[in-house]
Amino acid sequence: MVEIFFFILATIAVGGALGVVIQKNPVGSLLFMVGTLAALAGIFVLLEAHFLAAIQVLVYAGAIMVLFLFVIMLLNLGHDYKADVRRGLGAFLAFGVTGALAGLLASQLRGAEENPIYQYFPGPEGMDLLLEEQGVVGAIARPLFTEYVIAFELVGVLLLVALVGAVALAKKRA
Amino acid sequence: MTGLALLLTGLAQVGQPGVGEVFEPFLPGMILILPLAGFVANGVLALVSGCRNARMIRTGMAAEIGSVTHSLSSWIGPGAVGAAFVLTVVNFVGMLGAQPHEPFVQGYWTWIASGNLSVEAAIQLDQLSLIMMMVITGVGFLIHLFSVAYMRDDPGYSRYFCYLNLFIFFMLVLVMGASFPLMFVGWEGVGLCSYLLIGFWFEDPEKADAGKKAFIVNRIGDLGFLLAIFLLFTHLGALDYVGVFEAAPESLPYGGTVVTAVALLLLLGAIGKSAQVPLYVWLPDAMAGPTPVSALIHAATMVTAGVYLIARAGVLFALAPIGSATVATVGAVTALFSATIALQQYDIKKVLAYSTISQLGFMFLGVGAGAYAAGVFHLMTHAFFKALLFLGAGAVIHSMHHALHSTHSDWDAQDMRNMGGLKRFMPLTWATMVIATVAIAGIWPFAGFFSKDEIIWYAGAAAGNGYGVLFTVLWGMALLAAALTAVYMTRLIVMTFHGINRTGPEEAKLLHEAPLTMTVPLTILGILSVFSGWINVPDSVQDSIFGGFGILPMSEWLHHWLDPVTESADAIRLSGLGPYAESAPLGGGPVAWAAIATGAALVIVILTARVVSRQQILPASESEQPADGIRKILYNKWYVDEIYDRVVVRPIIAASRFGSRWLDQVLIDGTVNAVGSLTRSLGWFGSLFQTGQVTTYAVVFTLGALTILGVLIL
Amino acid sequence: MLAEALVLSALLFMIGAFGVLIRRNAIIVFLCIELQLNAVNLSFVAFSRYLGIEGQLFVFFVMTVAAAEAAVGLAIIISIFRHYETVNVENFNLLKW
Repeated sequence: MVEIFFFILATIAVGGALGVVIQKNPVGSLLFMVGTLAALAGIFVLLEAHFLAAIQVLVYAGAIMVLFLFVIMLLNLGHDYKADVRRGLGAFLAFGVTGALAGLLASQLRGAEENPIYQYFPGPEGMDLLLEEQGVVGAIARPLFTEYVIAFELVGVLLLVALVGAVALAKKRA
Repeated sequence: MTGLALLLTGLAQVGQPGVGEVFEPFLPGMILILPLAGFVANGVLALVSGCRNARMIRTGMAAEIGSVTHSLSSWIGPGAVGAAFVLTVVNFVGMLGAQPHEPFVQGYWTWIASGNLSVEAAIQLDQLSLIMMMVITGVGFLIHLFSVAYMRDDPGYSRYFCYLNLFIFFMLVLVMGASFPLMFVGWEGVGLCSYLLIGFWFEDPEKADAGKKAFIVNRIGDLGFLLAIFLLFTHLGALDYVGVFEAAPESLPYGGTVVTAVALLLLLGAIGKSAQVPLYVWLPDAMAGPTPVSALIHAATMVTAGVYLIARAGVLFALAPIGSATVATVGAVTALFSATIALQQYDIKKVLAYSTISQLGFMFLGVGAGAYAAGVFHLMTHAFFKALLFLGAGAVIHSMHHALHSTHSDWDAQDMRNMGGLKRFMPLTWATMVIATVAIAGIWPFAGFFSKDEIIWYAGAAAGNGYGVLFTVLWGMALLAAALTAVYMTRLIVMTFHGINRTGPEEAKLLHEAPLTMTVPLTILGILSVFSGWINVPDSVQDSIFGGFGILPMSEWLHHWLDPVTESADAIRLSGLGPYAESAPLGGGPVAWAAIATGAALVIVILTARVVSRQQILPASESEQPADGIRKILYNKWYVDEIYDRVVVRPIIAASRFGSRWLDQVLIDGTVNAVGSLTRSLGWFGSLFQTGQVTTYAVVFTLGALTILGVLIL
Repeated sequence: MLAEALVLSALLFMIGAFGVLIRRNAIIVFLCIELQLNAVNLSFVAFSRYLGIEGQLFVFFVMTVAAAEAAVGLAIIISIFRHYETVNVENFNLLKW
């Protein structure tokens, strides 16, 4: 059952990714991207990472993609665009290289589950237990505010810096 | 007076056994330093007078004769050599008294110290080197004196004496050096000086070319010399005379390849320096230099360096009978060959040049036959009468030049066809030149008779031993060459001094006798030409008429004098010859041959004089060149220069052109340029990757990631 | 599950890389980079199911940083656009001398 869902969502994700790459219209590729993100959120749910699925939809698909869309509209790129996919030797080479790399990685990653290292870790059952004890949000929140609080705070500062930087860069010169 | 008494006592002691005391020389180093100092001083004067001359030419003033530099050079030039001569005489007298058996070697400092090779800067004074030094400084001094008058009007007066002094210095280094490398230093040095002096009037490109020709042809011989030195060092480990001549008989087998190679290579060097066939071509051209230079370099000293070399290395030549035979063959061939050319030359100096080459051939024949003392003897007497002949020719040319210059005629002052009947204008010159001619023709009792006939005698004696047929042929060639010598020399005298004067009536008024500074050296040399032969009268003729019935004092003096130097060589030669050692030449005894030789010479002289004086000789501008036959060949010097040009010079020039164009410009420059171009192309190719676009870099980046992952996984 | 998820992740990553190399529009290139980041997020989450909750925490941080980076990056693109009047990456060749 889970497999079927996974397969469907995977197909949607890959199709969306291909659409991002191939689509000529920037807005079109953006929408395909949203589709991929949604499919990925679904896969997160299948992998028992419910909180992240929600965050993915809210933040990534909801905020970041909208930001992209705003910029595209700001720069008025949605209308007369030329075909901006490269053709020729460079494209062929890029396809070959990435294809080869993908094949290589895929072939190596296929036997991942049999890795004996997993015996030292709690495994899916342990994860399920954790989620039952602390709840979906609690399972992430508890380590975030205790063990990794410094990283959390730094990320906050990072966001501030990014905010200030973005404003400064995008400002019109007086 | 005491000096003279010492001299006579010393002379009387020569030949007496057992007087082997230690020789203590007197300031031998100064003999070398004095000409060198003269060179430096005259060099300074030359620079000063050169600047002054240039200034004068610029400002248009005439050159002054009798200026300070001129007078100083006149004193310093001859003075330095004269002082050296005096010192040499003192040492000579000392050696006469001491009669040392071993050579005296004085080292000054170590010149080369490299690994096994150690060459000292040292001088060696023994009988052979002292005789040479006497000739060099003595005849050199007379020639310096002669030059004072001869070069009086030349603007390069100080430069002339500068070079001349340097020449004397290097020649002394050559004969006084105690080792082969040091001799080589002198060898090269005199080559340099001959270049400087032959090309003295270098503004004329022909004369400059003659200087270059001399130096270059010499160089070919020097190669042989150097190779011989290398061989000697490799096989004997020593390069000083004492060491080499001690080690050679022991280490090198008699007649072996090494010692023969050394001998032949030394011979090559001697051929170049002493102008033998085939490297003689520079000497006739060298007549482009001032006549006193020809006298000094090409008659008395430099060309005799080759003979000195062979005499000095007598031990090596005695060990290599093939080498000695080659020396003798070269000598005889040269003697005959150049004598034939001299028969049809009209330039007075060219005749004397070919005569020099011919006489050098005689010397080579002598030392090649093992008669080292005879060769050196002829060297000495030849120095006297050939220098006399050249100086006399110089006086004649000086006078002719004056005469022709006054009427601005463009006739050649050196062409004998323009002369004639000069006897009544220049009687003293005529007299001394006749003496020299008689000497060179080999008529008793003049010097040439004793020296030349002794060589011919020894050549004949060598015919009785191992190389019988060869030496008989050489003996015959030597006789023929001697006869031809008499012919062309008589021809020279008759054409120049006898008959009617062809110079022209206007010019003839200015023909005059040479000034005193010229005639005094001529006279001294004339006296020496007469009497110097008497120092080596052979024992075999001592008691006959030719020895003056025993009155002539010094029988075989030179032979005995040189004994300590040549005895080891003689011993080796005799031991190698075996039973043939002491045989007499073909038929007749020595007295009979002496009579035949003198008689024949007299007859030839008289006949030639008759024939030539009857000939109708026109001045040079009206004469035609010989049309055909043997005369044309001889006139054109057997076309040797032309042959060399075709066979040697042109191929070398062509090869040089090929090398310069194809090997140097195309190949080497091309390769270097190609490397540069290649680098540039590689750089250009690399620059193609720097598009400036991030995407390109990203592609390469991904490619790199792929490669690394691929390598890791696979 | 893990293997399939990882393979999917690799595939998405390479598609994103392909897009980076192939597209000329700077904003779309940026978008493909975001796709790559998402692929890595998937990989993290897949592993976290077997190795512990830290995987998901890291994804959390990645998302945050991606947001910040997107903001700043787009601001840069805007200011470049103001200068060049285009977002075609082929025109940004100042790296070439």
